[in-house]
Amino acid sequence: MINLLILPVAMPLLAALLALLIPRYGQLIAVVAGVLTTAAATAVLMLVHSGGDQMLVLGGWQTGLGIALYADGLAASMLLMSTLVGVAASIFACRYFESSATRVSFWPLWLLLQSAISALLLSADLFNLYVTLELLGLSAVSLTALGRSRTAMKAALDYLMLGLLGSLVFLAAVVLIYARYGTLDILLLGGMIEADPLTWTALALFTASLMLKCALFPLHFWLPAVHANAPAPVSAALSALVVKVAFYLLLRLWADLFAPVVTPPLASVLGVLGAAAILWGSYRAIQAERLKLLAAYSTIAQLGYLFLFFSLLLAMPQGESRQLLYGALLLFALTHGFAKSALFMAAGAIQQQLGHDRITELAGLARTLPATVFTLALAGVALIGLPPSGSFLAKWQLMTEAFAQGQWLWVLVVTAGSLLASVYLFRVLGLMFSQGGQPSSPQLHVREPLSPLVLALIATAVLGLGSNGLWQLLASGGGI
Amino acid sequence: MTLNEWLPLLILGSSLIPGVLIFYIKERDTSLRTLLNMGGALLKLALVGLMIWGVFHEQVYETRWTLAPGLELVLHADAMSVLFVSLSTVLWLVTTVYAIGYLERTPHRSRFFGFFCLCVTATVGLALAGNLFTFVVFYEALTLATYPLVAHKGSPEAVRGARIYLAYTLAGGMILLVGTIWLRSIAGPLEFSQGGILDSIEGLDRSTLSWIFLLLIAGLGVKAALVPLHGWLPQAMVAPAPVSALLHAVAVVKAGAFGIVRVVYDVYGIEFSASLDLLAPLGAAAAVTIIYGSLRALSQDHLKRRLAYSTVSQVSYIALGAAILGPLATVGGLVHLVHQGLMKITLFFAAGNYAETLGIQRVSEMDGVGRRMPGTTLAFTVGALGMIGVPPVAGFVSKWYLGLGAVEAGATDWVIPVLVISSLLNALYFLPILYRAWFRPTPSAWQADLQSRPLETKGALLWPPVITAVLALAAGLFAAAPYSPLEWVQLIAEREYRP
Repeated sequence: MINLLILPVAMPLLAALLALLIPRYGQLIAVVAGVLTTAAATAVLMLVHSGGDQMLVLGGWQTGLGIALYADGLAASMLLMSTLVGVAASIFACRYFESSATRVSFWPLWLLLQSAISALLLSADLFNLYVTLELLGLSAVSLTALGRSRTAMKAALDYLMLGLLGSLVFLAAVVLIYARYGTLDILLLGGMIEADPLTWTALALFTASLMLKCALFPLHFWLPAVHANAPAPVSAALSALVVKVAFYLLLRLWADLFAPVVTPPLASVLGVLGAAAILWGSYRAIQAERLKLLAAYSTIAQLGYLFLFFSLLLAMPQGESRQLLYGALLLFALTHGFAKSALFMAAGAIQQQLGHDRITELAGLARTLPATVFTLALAGVALIGLPPSGSFLAKWQLMTEAFAQGQWLWVLVVTAGSLLASVYLFRVLGLMFSQGGQPSSPQLHVREPLSPLVLALIATAVLGLGSNGLWQLLASGGGI
Repeated sequence: MTLNEWLPLLILGSSLIPGVLIFYIKERDTSLRTLLNMGGALLKLALVGLMIWGVFHEQVYETRWTLAPGLELVLHADAMSVLFVSLSTVLWLVTTVYAIGYLERTPHRSRFFGFFCLCVTATVGLALAGNLFTFVVFYEALTLATYPLVAHKGSPEAVRGARIYLAYTLAGGMILLVGTIWLRSIAGPLEFSQGGILDSIEGLDRSTLSWIFLLLIAGLGVKAALVPLHGWLPQAMVAPAPVSALLHAVAVVKAGAFGIVRVVYDVYGIEFSASLDLLAPLGAAAAVTIIYGSLRALSQDHLKRRLAYSTVSQVSYIALGAAILGPLATVGGLVHLVHQGLMKITLFFAAGNYAETLGIQRVSEMDGVGRRMPGTTLAFTVGALGMIGVPPVAGFVSKWYLGLGAVEAGATDWVIPVLVISSLLNALYFLPILYRAWFRPTPSAWQADLQSRPLETKGALLWPPVITAVLALAAGLFAAAPYSPLEWVQLIAEREYRP
């Protein structure tokens, strides 16, 4: 029982080593490790559900000295989402890299990325968070570079530089906090934080670093090139998980650690940036000429919604309606994780089948790749926020709260964002339903990947109809 | 859970499950697909029959499912939902038969029938919706399910028509969503209840309520094709005939009209709406739409486009009924929900038969078609006369009650002229068609067919319009019989105005 929290971190790490030692069985190792990790994440979630927040101190050292892992409802559900997306992407990657030499280097890096994500979600110590951020950034960069093309290489290089810059800024903030308070344990720090210049500086540095890492407008410029040019399973993980854990960290810092310091007006600055991200990202997605680029810009817009939640949430007093919005935020993040990874994998499947993903040349695809187009449509429903997807419920709560706080502008932004999203998604779907394009032989049976379809179904049906438990889960722990 | 809790869910499932399964059926496996389609439709009919009996005897059928704290998906059967559910179920059965015949040996039938089933599921869902949130959920689901049907042919016009349809309906859906969330944030869960709920809630700002009403009606008005939100309807004509038939008779335009009825009667309450001065603008919008639609229909030579503008006009009788205070007008508006459905689906089936059998798309090509296709043209005639309001076809009953309602409410000065002008216009654009079909000489090209073919067209295409025409006639002739649409609507009106 004691070891449960370590499993989601340790298993992918061990598997990465194994895959490095025995490259021939890379696929098998990754899929088996993925399934086991998902099982462990499920167990963690159930443990949190029944027993409240979970804590593990490695090596028996007292807090403040050793490495501590910590899981509450937020962390546990994000963990389960990331492991599910991870295992689905692994299965997809088996086919994707079937005939490619890159697979030898892919699997160890891929498993390392999984491990870093789990570690980041579960860490309860600022220095460990820094380490996991570095690990995450480096493995993500290496995976992007597997795209091999010149543009992919260049994007990976930019990503590396910006990632290092972000991590250094994060480290500087960590140092400031240590100098001021003498500890880096988040739980211990929680009661000590005071408003003073040093703390303010640290908060500013943390925020700047994480804004860069989660590509909040106007620091989003690096994202489209990276997410559009990485191999499809990698793009899926980058868009669905990597930027999202950066947001997760920002949320933790603002709502947990720095809660005594931050004020609603400060948070609403991030809300305004989020609104700009929604409009700008959607606008660019409408203009995108390639499917994966469209998906990348859509990620920028969708992250913007998270910041709208963020600013409304921090303006609320503790209580029932804050808990409601908090759950909706989590639901939105989870839905986007599943839907966006499904979208990227569907785009990858199309790219492999046709040799390109230029949108104007996708006419008639509904005939040749029906399951993939269906996946795309389901993911689109969740990204627009139509029922019965999880994001519909989340946006419902968001708009309810915006009305309650009298934030009319946010209502307008959410409405406009949803309509813009339907423009960019139905533009693609309409083309796929039309005739034309290259004549295809209907006899030719194409093997279509089904794991993205499962992810899209989770986003659209499971989370939309069965997420009431999420609020119970959040209520079982301390909550933010 | 008892049977009473399961029944609404079963009714949804009887088209949802076949729909999902049909997606997986191989294209050439026609008999299995037909089995699923017809099995689902018949099962739904049986279940709805049970529900009609139960609701009449004041049984409570309700399914609840919590989506989030305080946010419930509610399926609830009251007299009004039963009215719409029965209409959708009966017409779905007939349209399925028609569609099977119409689409024989065309590609992508599994996709078509899959979405067709989903479309009916959404319609039935919004008929059974027990609160405004649930209604919105199914309203959006209906948009999604019908889009692939409109785009089905995949031709550039079809894709363009579907895109326009989607742009209108998604925007309308968003407006409805915003209005619903706003109202919910000040007034609570918004469960539909006969007589309305807002009246009894203290401390609501009257002008806010008016603004929300405007948002709700605008959002619903898109699907109900209220002028000037009707632009998508003539464009959506590119859809295959069974889709047009279902779109115009039950699924989409009726969803909007039904929503307006729900908002006026069961959320705001008709008397409370009147006290907020909301009925007059709604009535004005309906009146303008009725006249405008008929005027536009006059100048259309394309048969389906003429019928489409006629729909714009006719559906607003329902809104007109809701805009006049008093039980008789309520009866007239609500009964037209059923009557217009029966008549309009007949007209579209017939138009589809002309196009499918003889390649006739335009009114000017219909000379003498009555001799070549007597059954179809007879059905068309019944539908057209009903639309004009000639007794004893069902349309007469609707207009009669609307007129009585206007007298009762003292609104004769504007309602009666609207009814008279509209009926005249209806006659002006329908009678020339009938004249052409029956009295102009038959072109020589069809003379040979007259001798050789025993049946004017495929049986699966001929019987559906005949059946719906008979139903439209029966609904008028036997309007006073028990369980007739009129009787049922009187039951609703009685419960709606119950002190």
